[in-house]
Amino acid sequence: MDVSLFIADSLAASVRLGTPLLLAALGELVVQRSGVLNIGLEGLMLVAAFTGVATADVALAGGCSNSTALALGTGAALAAGLIYSAGFAVTAVLCRWDQIVCGMALNLAAIGLTGTLHRGLFLDRGELLSVETFEPIALPLLSDIPILGRLFEQSLPVYIAYLAVPLVTLLLYRSRWGLTVRAAGDNPRAVDASGRSVAAVRCSAILFGGLFGGLAGATLTLADASSFAGNMTAGRGFIALAVVIFGRWHPGWVALVALFFGAANAAQYRLQAVGLDGVPHQLLLALPYLASLLALAWSGGRPGAAPSALGKAYRRSERERES
Amino acid sequence: MVETALRLTLPQHRARRLALAVLIPVGLMALFLELSGYSSLTTARALFEGAFGSGYAFEGTLLRACPLLLCGLAVTLCFRAGLWNIGAEGQLLAGALAAAAVGTRLTSWPVGLLLPTALLAASCAGALVGGIAGGLRAFRGVPEVVSTLMLNFVLLQAIGWSVQGPLQEESGAYPQGDLVAVPLPRFGDGRLHGGLVMALVITLALEVLLFATRIGFRWRAFGLNPEATRAAGVRPRRLIVGLLLGAGAVAGLGGGIEILGVTLRLLDGFSPGYGYSAIAVALLGGLRPSGVLVAAFLFGALEAGAGRMQRFAGVPAAMTYLAEAMILLSVLWVTRPPSRRSGGVG
Repeated sequence: MDVSLFIADSLAASVRLGTPLLLAALGELVVQRSGVLNIGLEGLMLVAAFTGVATADVALAGGCSNSTALALGTGAALAAGLIYSAGFAVTAVLCRWDQIVCGMALNLAAIGLTGTLHRGLFLDRGELLSVETFEPIALPLLSDIPILGRLFEQSLPVYIAYLAVPLVTLLLYRSRWGLTVRAAGDNPRAVDASGRSVAAVRCSAILFGGLFGGLAGATLTLADASSFAGNMTAGRGFIALAVVIFGRWHPGWVALVALFFGAANAAQYRLQAVGLDGVPHQLLLALPYLASLLALAWSGGRPGAAPSALGKAYRRSERERES
Repeated sequence: MVETALRLTLPQHRARRLALAVLIPVGLMALFLELSGYSSLTTARALFEGAFGSGYAFEGTLLRACPLLLCGLAVTLCFRAGLWNIGAEGQLLAGALAAAAVGTRLTSWPVGLLLPTALLAASCAGALVGGIAGGLRAFRGVPEVVSTLMLNFVLLQAIGWSVQGPLQEESGAYPQGDLVAVPLPRFGDGRLHGGLVMALVITLALEVLLFATRIGFRWRAFGLNPEATRAAGVRPRRLIVGLLLGAGAVAGLGGGIEILGVTLRLLDGFSPGYGYSAIAVALLGGLRPSGVLVAAFLFGALEAGAGRMQRFAGVPAAMTYLAEAMILLSVLWVTRPPSRRSGGVG
C-alpha cells in the first residue's frame, strides 16, 4: 500500500476511535474540576449507547427517515446521559454518599439495566438492534487536500467533539461558571463563602458531564457500531478517566491524549489483522491504563495537577484537615 | 472518605441496618419485575431453586461464593484502613495467571510440592499487583482508587495475551491454557474443593487479626483517624504498602483457587467481575470478615441462581447486576450520615 495513504488512513482511524474518548473525557474533565470523581462514567456511556441505538431502531421501525432516527437516537442518548448523571448528582453530591461507591453502583446498574432491557425488549423477541450510522461529511475545501483530505471526511460527532475542545476551554477559563467550577474543585470553602452553593455548582458540572458522556455513548452505537452488544463500552469510560489524568485536567492536552489513545486503538486493530510477531496487540489495549499510571507516578506527589478537593464531599461544618 | 462505610460497622445498628440493606433491594426488584410484566414469585422460586434446589445447585452457590469471599476480604481489609482498593479484580486475575503458569509449566515437580507452589505464586502475584498500588500511594501520592482501577484492565489484557501467547494450550486450538497438572483435592465425587476450607480459615484468621490483635487495631484506627494514628507512632507508608500487599495476596489466592479448583485451566473472561461485586459484598458484610462470609454466600446464591432464573422465569440473568447495584445503594442509604436536623448522634 502507498505509504502516505496508509498514514492518512491511520490518522483518520485514530481521530474516529479517539472521538468517544474525547467526548467522555471533556465531560469528566469538567466534573473533576468541580471536585467530583465520577467513576460511573463507564456505566453512563453504556446506558446512553443502548438508549441511543434502541431509540433509533424503534424510530426506523416506525417509519422515520434515517436522519430523523439518528437525531431522535442522539437526543435520547443525551437525555439518558442527563438522567443517569442526575442520579449520580443526587446520591453523591446532594446526599453526600461516597462518590466512589456511588460510581461503582451506577456501573453495575448500567450493565444490569442495559443487559436486561436488551434481552427483554429485543433479543427475546427475535429482533436484532440495527441502525444506519452517521454518514461521513466531507468538509468543503479541506477534504480536497490530497491524501490528508481523508481526515476531513468524518461523521458529525467527530466534528462536534473537536469543536467542543475550544468551547470547553473558554467555558472553564473565561466564564463565571467555569471560574466557580474550578473554585469548587480547588477551594470549595471559598465558593461557599462567596455565597454560592457548592452543591449546585457541582451538580451543574455533573449534568454537563452527563451530556458529554451521553454523546460519547451515542457515538459508540450510532457512529461506529450500528448495533449493541452487552457491556460494549469495554472499559472506554475508564480510559476516559485515564485521558483526563494523563491530560492533566486541561482540555487541550485531553484532546491530544484522546487522539493518542485513539491511535493506539487503531494500531491495535491493524496489528490484529496483520499479526506482527513480538508485539502483542493487548499491549496496545493496555497502553492507556499503563500510560496514566506512569503519568500519575511521575506527577503524583506534586501539587497543582489534580483539583485539590477531588473526591471529597463538601460539608460546611467540617473542620478542614491538613493532609 | 470511608466514613459512610465505617458507619455500618457501628455495633448498635448492625443487625437492623443489614436486614434493611437486603430487604429494600428485594422489595424494589420485586416491584421492578412486576412492572416489567414478570411474575416476581416465579422468579424468586427459580432463583431459589437455582441456588439451593439440589446438591448440584448448592455446590454452585458455594463455588461462586468462594472468590467473592476472598475478594470481599481483600476489599474489607483496605476499606477498614480507609484505603480504596477497588482492584480486587486485577489482583484476582494476577493470581489466576500465576497459578496457571506454575500449574502448567512446572509439571516435572512432585505434586505435593507443585500445588502449594502454585497457590503461593497466586498469592505473590496478587500481592505484587496490590503492592504496586500501595507503593504508588505511599511514595508517590497516587490515589489508590485510580491505580487499582487501572491495574484491573492491565491484568485483563495480560490474561488475554497469555491465553493466546505464552500460556496457550499445546494444541493451539483455542485461546485458553492447558489443564493444570495439580487440581485442588475435592470432597468425594462432588465439585467442592479444598480451596473452600482455605477461604474459611482465612476468614477466621482475618476476623481475629482485625479485631483481636494490635496490628488490626492500628489498621482500623488508621481508617478512623490517620493523623491521630500517625501521632501515636504508626508509620503510614509501611501500613499502606503492607495492607495492599496483604489484600492483594488474599484476592490473588482467590484467583489461584478458582483456576486450580473450578476452571482447571486459564480462560479469558473466567471471572464475571468477582472483584467488582466484592465491593458490594464487603459493604453488605459491614466490613467485618464474619459479615463478609454471610454476604458472599448471599451473592454466591444470587449469581448461581441467575442461570435458572433466566431459563425458567424468562428474567434476564443480567438482572443480578442491577440487584447488586441496588444493594450497594441501599447500604449507602441505611448508613447515610445523620441529617443536620436529627441532632447528629451516630
